[in-house]
Amino acid sequence: MRSMRVVCASAVAAGLLMTGSPAAAQDAQALRQEIDQLRRDFETLKQQYGDRLTALEAKLAVAQGTPPAQPGAAQPTAPVPPGAEGAGGPTGALPVYGGAVSGSKVFNPDIAVIGDFLGAVGKNDLHPDPFGPGPFPSALQMHESEASFQAVVDPYARGDFFMSFGQEGVELEEGYVTFTSLPGGLLTKVGKIRGAFGKVNAMHNHVLPWTDRPLVTNNLVGGEDGISDAAISVARLIPNPWLFLEATGQVFRGDAGPEDQPLFRAAKRSDLSYVGHLRGYHDITENSNLDFGFSYAHGHNTSGEADIVERGRFTTSLSGVDATFRWRPLQRSIYHSFVGRTEWIWSRRDQPNGLQSGSGLYVSGDYQFARRWFAGARLDRSNRADDALLVDTGGSVVLTFWPSEFSQVRGQFRRTNYADAPSANEFLFQFQFSIGAHGAHPF
Amino acid sequence: MKFLSALTIALSLVPLSARAQGKLNVITTTEDLASIAREVAGDRASIESLARGYQDPHYVEPKPSFILKLQKADVLVGVGRELELGWLPPLIQQSRNGRIQPGADGYLDASLHAEILEVPQGQITRAMGDVHPLGNPHYWLDPENGKRIAKDEAEKFAQLRPNDRAYFEQRLADFTTRLDAAQKRWLGMMAPYRGTKVVTYHRSFPNFARRFGLDIMGYVEPRPGIPPTPQHTLDLINEMKRQNVKLILVEPYFDLKTPNSIARATGGLVLVMPPSVGGVKDVTDYFKLFDYDIDLLINAIKKTTTSTGP
Repeated sequence: MRSMRVVCASAVAAGLLMTGSPAAAQDAQALRQEIDQLRRDFETLKQQYGDRLTALEAKLAVAQGTPPAQPGAAQPTAPVPPGAEGAGGPTGALPVYGGAVSGSKVFNPDIAVIGDFLGAVGKNDLHPDPFGPGPFPSALQMHESEASFQAVVDPYARGDFFMSFGQEGVELEEGYVTFTSLPGGLLTKVGKIRGAFGKVNAMHNHVLPWTDRPLVTNNLVGGEDGISDAAISVARLIPNPWLFLEATGQVFRGDAGPEDQPLFRAAKRSDLSYVGHLRGYHDITENSNLDFGFSYAHGHNTSGEADIVERGRFTTSLSGVDATFRWRPLQRSIYHSFVGRTEWIWSRRDQPNGLQSGSGLYVSGDYQFARRWFAGARLDRSNRADDALLVDTGGSVVLTFWPSEFSQVRGQFRRTNYADAPSANEFLFQFQFSIGAHGAHPF
Repeated sequence: MKFLSALTIALSLVPLSARAQGKLNVITTTEDLASIAREVAGDRASIESLARGYQDPHYVEPKPSFILKLQKADVLVGVGRELELGWLPPLIQQSRNGRIQPGADGYLDASLHAEILEVPQGQITRAMGDVHPLGNPHYWLDPENGKRIAKDEAEKFAQLRPNDRAYFEQRLADFTTRLDAAQKRWLGMMAPYRGTKVVTYHRSFPNFARRFGLDIMGYVEPRPGIPPTPQHTLDLINEMKRQNVKLILVEPYFDLKTPNSIARATGGLVLVMPPSVGGVKDVTDYFKLFDYDIDLLINAIKKTTTSTGP
C-alpha cells in the first residue's frame, strides 16, 4: 500500500516535470532577462546616487571653506590673512591641518603660557610670603602662570591679553587694544594696563631680572600688583634732533596696589588716578646706550577711611627718576652684556595724621658672563609709605641660568633689614618656563 | 640777514622737496636686504638697515632709536620666516607708522617668493631647539633667491612710486644680468670642489651649500639655538674624523672656542664665514658677500687637501 503511494507520487511528479519543461525554459530566460534588467537598473541607480553623493560632498566642503580633496593633491595651505603677518604673527603659507575645521584657525591669536615657580628658604617674620605682602607663608609656590593671547585686530589695531593664574585665582594682568596708526603720531592703548611709572612697575614678573620686586616697589608703588588698572594711555614721540623722547599720559580708574594695602583707591567716579612719564633714550655707541625717565603718579589713598568713618579725602603723589645703562657688544651680543639700572622714588602721602614724605631707591647690575649665565646684585632702601620714619634696607645677589631661550633657573640670596622687625636672610629660587608662541625679547 | 632767511627757507624746503620728488625712505632689517634694495632703487631711495651684518639677526635689541627710524619709513623690508620674531614686532607696533604695519602697502616680507629650505614636516616641538616652523630663514645666501628678493623689492618700490617704475625695472634687469654672470663665475670656481663636506656652527648656510655644492655634514650646535655640549662636540669630532671633514664654518657672531677645539682634534680649519653683507669689513655689498665666502672656501679647501692629501 505504501509502495503504491510512492509510485503514484513519483508518477505525478514526473508528469509535472514532463509537462513543465518547455514552459520552464522560457520562464527561466524571462527571469534572467528580468534579473539582468534589475541589475542594470541597480547599477544606474548606484551610479546616480554615487554622483549625487560626490556632488553633495563637494558642496559641503565648499560650504566649509576648503576645496574638495583630490587624490594625490599636496597638503592644502592657506594664505596668511593680511594684517596677521609679521607682528608676532605668521608669514607665508600656512598648512591647513584637519581640513574643514581649521580654515578659521589662522585667525587664532598667538598663544603662550609662562610658568613661574618660586621657592624660599629662610625666616621672615614680617613677610611670610617672600614675594610680596600676601598672606601665604608658603615655601614653595606656583606663583603665576601667565597666558598671553596676542593678535592683530584689524588694519588699525592689535590686541594683547595677559591672564595671570596666580595662587589666589585668575586675574587679567593686562588686556588692551593698541591703535598703531593714529594721526599725530599718537600711540594709544585702551584696556587694563600696567602703568608707565618708572621701569619695574611696567614689567611682568617673567621679565624681572630678580625673583622678587625691589623694596621700594613693595613699600611705595603697590608691589607686584602696582599701578595696574583700567586705563586710557596716550604716548607721543617728541621730535628733536638729539635723542628719542617719548611722553606718555595715562588716566586710570583710580585703584592700584594690593587689595588689603592699596596704593590708590577710588571712592567716587571722579577719583581717577594719573600717571605721566617722560622717557629719553640715547645710543652712546653702537654697543651701549642710556635709557632714562621721569615719572609722576597721583591718586586717592584710603587713609581717610579708617573705621568705616570717612575722615576726609586724602591723596598720594609719587614722583620717580629712573636710569638704565646697557652694554652689549653687537658682534658678541649673545655672550656678554651688562645692564645697570636704578630707580629713585619719592612718595607724598597725605594722611589724617599729617603728610608722610618718604623715598626709596634700588640700584642693580646684571652681567652676562656666558651665553646662558647671568650674575647680578641689587641694593635696596626705602621708607614706608604710611610712616616715613621707618626705613627698610636690603641687598641681594642673583645668579641666573638659561637652559634655552624658553626656560630659566634663578637663585637669589636676599637680606632685608626691616625697621620694625628682625632682619631676614632668605634664599629665593625660581624656575620659569614658557610654551607656545615665541614672544618678543624684553628690552 | 637775507642769507639767513634764505637758508632757513632752503632748509625747510629740503624735507618737503625730498618727499615731493618721491625719494623713498626704505628701512630693512638686515644689510643683505639693504644691499639688494640699493641695487634696485639706485638714487631714488635712501636705504638703511637696522641690524648690522656681524650681528646675530635672531637676537637684535629692539632699541628705541630704531623706532625713530621706522617712524619715518615708507617701506620696511623684513627677512620674514620668523627670523625677526624676537625683536621686530614691538618696534613696528611702537613706530606709529601706519604705512609699515604688517599687511599695509609699505611692509614687504622678502621671503614670499624665495625658495625656502628645511621647512619642517610633521609635528615639531621645541625639543628640536629653536626651530623655525616656516623654514630656514637664511635663504638670501643663494643668488637665485637674491634675484627673487630684488624682484619683490623693485615691485614694491614701483608700487609706491609709479613714476619711477621704468627706472626700478631697468635697474632690476641690470642687477639680474650682473648677478647671473657672477653666479656663473662662482659656480665655475666652485665646480672642482662640489661635494666638499663641511660642518657649520648654526644652520645658516643650507641655501649656499645647495647652490654651490657643499655637503653639510653636521653642526656645532646640537640643536638650533642650543650652545654646544661636550657630548655632541665629541660625537661631531668622531664623525668628522670618520668622514674626513676638515672645514668648520662659523658665523662671525659665534664664539670660536668650541670650533677651535674641534679643529685641533680633527686637524681641520675654522673659517669665520660671514652669512651677511657687513659680516666682515670687506663685504660691503651682496656681490662681495659671495666673492668673499667663495674665495675663503676655495683657499681653505686647497689648504686642507694639500696638507692632508697624498
